[in-house]
Amino acid sequence: MEDIKLMKGNEAIAEGVIRAGCDGYFGYPITPQSEVLEYLMMARTEERTGMVVLQAESEIASIHMVYGGAACGKRVMTSSSSPGISLMQEGISFMAGTELPCLLLNVVRGGPGLGTIQPSQSDYFQAVKGGGHGDYKLIVLAPASVQEMYDFAKLGFDLAFKYRIQVMVLSDGAIGQMMEKVVLDEQIPRQTNEEIIKNYPWVTSGKTPDRERNIITSLDLDPVKQEKINIHLQEKFKKITENEVRFETLMCDDAEYLFVAYGSSARVCQKAIQLGRDKGLKVGLLRPITLFPFPYDEVARLAKQVKGILCVEMSAGQMIEDVRLGVNGVVKVGHFGRLGGIIPAPDEVLNVMEEIFIRENNYGRRTN
Amino acid sequence: MEEELTRESICQHENLVYSRTSLMTPKALSYCPGCGHGTAHRLIMEVIEEMNLQSQTIGVAPVGCSVLAYDFLDIDMQQAAHGRAPAVATGIKRLLPDKFVFTYQGDGDLAAIGTGETIHACNRGENICIFFVNNGIYGMTGGQMAPTTLPNMKTATSPYGRDVVTMGYPLKITEMVAMLPGTCFVTRQSVHTPANVRKTKKAIQKAVQCQLDKKGLSFVEIVSNCNSGWKMTPLESNKWMEENMFPVFPLGDIKVPKS
Amino acid sequence: MTEEIIIAGFGGQGVLSMGKILAYAGMMQNKEVSWMPSYGPEMRGGTANVTVILSDERISSPILNKFDTAIILNQQSLDKFESSVKKGGILIYDPSGITTHPTRTDINIYTVEAADEAAKQNFKKGFNMYILGAFLKLKPVIEPEFMRKGLEKSLPSRHHHLIPENEKAIERGKEILKAKYIIPTPLN
Repeated sequence: MEDIKLMKGNEAIAEGVIRAGCDGYFGYPITPQSEVLEYLMMARTEERTGMVVLQAESEIASIHMVYGGAACGKRVMTSSSSPGISLMQEGISFMAGTELPCLLLNVVRGGPGLGTIQPSQSDYFQAVKGGGHGDYKLIVLAPASVQEMYDFAKLGFDLAFKYRIQVMVLSDGAIGQMMEKVVLDEQIPRQTNEEIIKNYPWVTSGKTPDRERNIITSLDLDPVKQEKINIHLQEKFKKITENEVRFETLMCDDAEYLFVAYGSSARVCQKAIQLGRDKGLKVGLLRPITLFPFPYDEVARLAKQVKGILCVEMSAGQMIEDVRLGVNGVVKVGHFGRLGGIIPAPDEVLNVMEEIFIRENNYGRRTN
Repeated sequence: MEEELTRESICQHENLVYSRTSLMTPKALSYCPGCGHGTAHRLIMEVIEEMNLQSQTIGVAPVGCSVLAYDFLDIDMQQAAHGRAPAVATGIKRLLPDKFVFTYQGDGDLAAIGTGETIHACNRGENICIFFVNNGIYGMTGGQMAPTTLPNMKTATSPYGRDVVTMGYPLKITEMVAMLPGTCFVTRQSVHTPANVRKTKKAIQKAVQCQLDKKGLSFVEIVSNCNSGWKMTPLESNKWMEENMFPVFPLGDIKVPKS
Repeated sequence: MTEEIIIAGFGGQGVLSMGKILAYAGMMQNKEVSWMPSYGPEMRGGTANVTVILSDERISSPILNKFDTAIILNQQSLDKFESSVKKGGILIYDPSGITTHPTRTDINIYTVEAADEAAKQNFKKGFNMYILGAFLKLKPVIEPEFMRKGLEKSLPSRHHHLIPENEKAIERGKEILKAKYIIPTPLN
């Protein structure tokens, strides 16, 4: 029989990483994602799979513990919410420089500063455009349901090891806190140390006579070599851009007006589409699932088809910059966002779409 | 008249009193002549070699003069962000508990930016070794004030001397971590005389053994000189260290493992 | 079928757990479900609310501002959510402690004196079960056998011996439901 549970998003990803054969979690409590650490502690992971779970003294320590474990080829992760993720940027940049795979979860809350604990999508730039110092990208997965919180645990680890990259699940307080039905998979066994050494010859596992010593470092003082390292990283990001774009379209076949939204906002837009279709409006939704790599091509394709695009984000307008790159001036692009932890309502969103693009005499207003 | 000494006549097997430890790479050390880092590196590698731990060892290099320690040590190593070595070592040791894991850190790394990571790794009793080289100054970045800089000592960022009223006091982090129940062996040594070198090697051996016996965290401070940063000759710096550093940072065991 | 419900009251009244039981029961009955709580400091002694959606189809937004049914357990929540009920929808509330009653005439309004009943039956912990019963009387979206399964799933096993008592309270809730205002003619 299928293993189905009703779970919070935060619990689902915690169960997801256990079942995906995660070796270690290092984290620090922060609302609205503390359930991840709480769930893992409650789950007695040491007994269940041998997975190590440690509450660190800070987010900074957490990410560097992840660094240490990842450099040993282990499936390791941390989770936090916006202010904590800001603290982790140092370690994430070091992992980018050393190409260490890991899974990161940001259950975004409103900012800047301590901000609010309510859901927000105002960390898009930080997640998608790098975050820390240096020229690098993370693969960013944006779950829009509790099931995806669960699914992206395994997907995240698989992508992280496929490309030796850091994968961030960019969630928010709403997806983290709400409960939905989750279909669970079989437990994947954790890799043995022997398997790790065989699969990932770059790991620090103790130098044996049959190989040179392995060094994990992001330091190279020679600019010529450092440029080569950077070019290598850029080639990797290009390959990811070519191969890993994921998105979902809803009611787009005949759509005249398009919402582009991810995560919680996409769920709100789904309802707005229902309301719109009930009124006879041909509205559709493009939901980017990977925010890096971003589905520019799909945006471009739909831009040629529709009369207007409304970007809905719980931010002052961050993803819209990528949408505009995809649209490339072909059609008008509007933005609607609620700030500071407020989730827009479906009728509010539909109303803005109508106001900007559909109602007479208002055509083009509020676009930018 | 005595026979003239030549390079060839000196380099004879019977004259050999010193040879490279096999776990040191052939690369020439980048440390200033007279600096204690090279000796400290060598001692740790000698112990790892003698205890046959090369294939079990994962070292963590810091930010500071020893940022490139992995260039000289023929073992698997990870380079940590500034101050984060104890957290990195925690991650390694928790996931590979049977490996021998150590960090090698300077005073700016361990006792300033990494104070939190240091204290908490010690407090959790992580079963690792921390080798802490304290020379009272930031050497790599050009001689700025460190948390361990002595009162009135002149550095690039305390050009009129460290005024303890505005700049604080030398941080005795080794005494601090000795108070924590998670540490098992805490000692302060130096490498400026052959006798001290021998004592330091014994301390390193004891620290490694504590980890193999799963006794908790061992913390070995090595008070060292920075002749470049202190703007002295190596000999002067060693004398200055004895006269000025040792009264503030007295040598000896602070906490010994329970047998 | 899609039923969009808001349950709102004080923290400690069993708002979140009532929603949880509904969501679990819906899931056991093979429905799509979502449970979206208000969270944070307001949970601790202040107001609490949860949006529960039960549906035969994939659920769109778990966050809504219009509901088929509002279940209201204090004055603050009544003030806040009366206007959020869809035209023709249902508002159920416990009148104890309510001084300003609902006034809309385009929704159906019911009362259930759950607090009084819970006191009378000496089953104060079952307060939210009387309410739940009243809701199920009006919207029989969950069949009784799945209600039991929902209780089993959402209550810790040390409380499972209380399930029959809870079921009794649900049945009693159905009996004490009273219509306060019914829309005279069906709206278009």
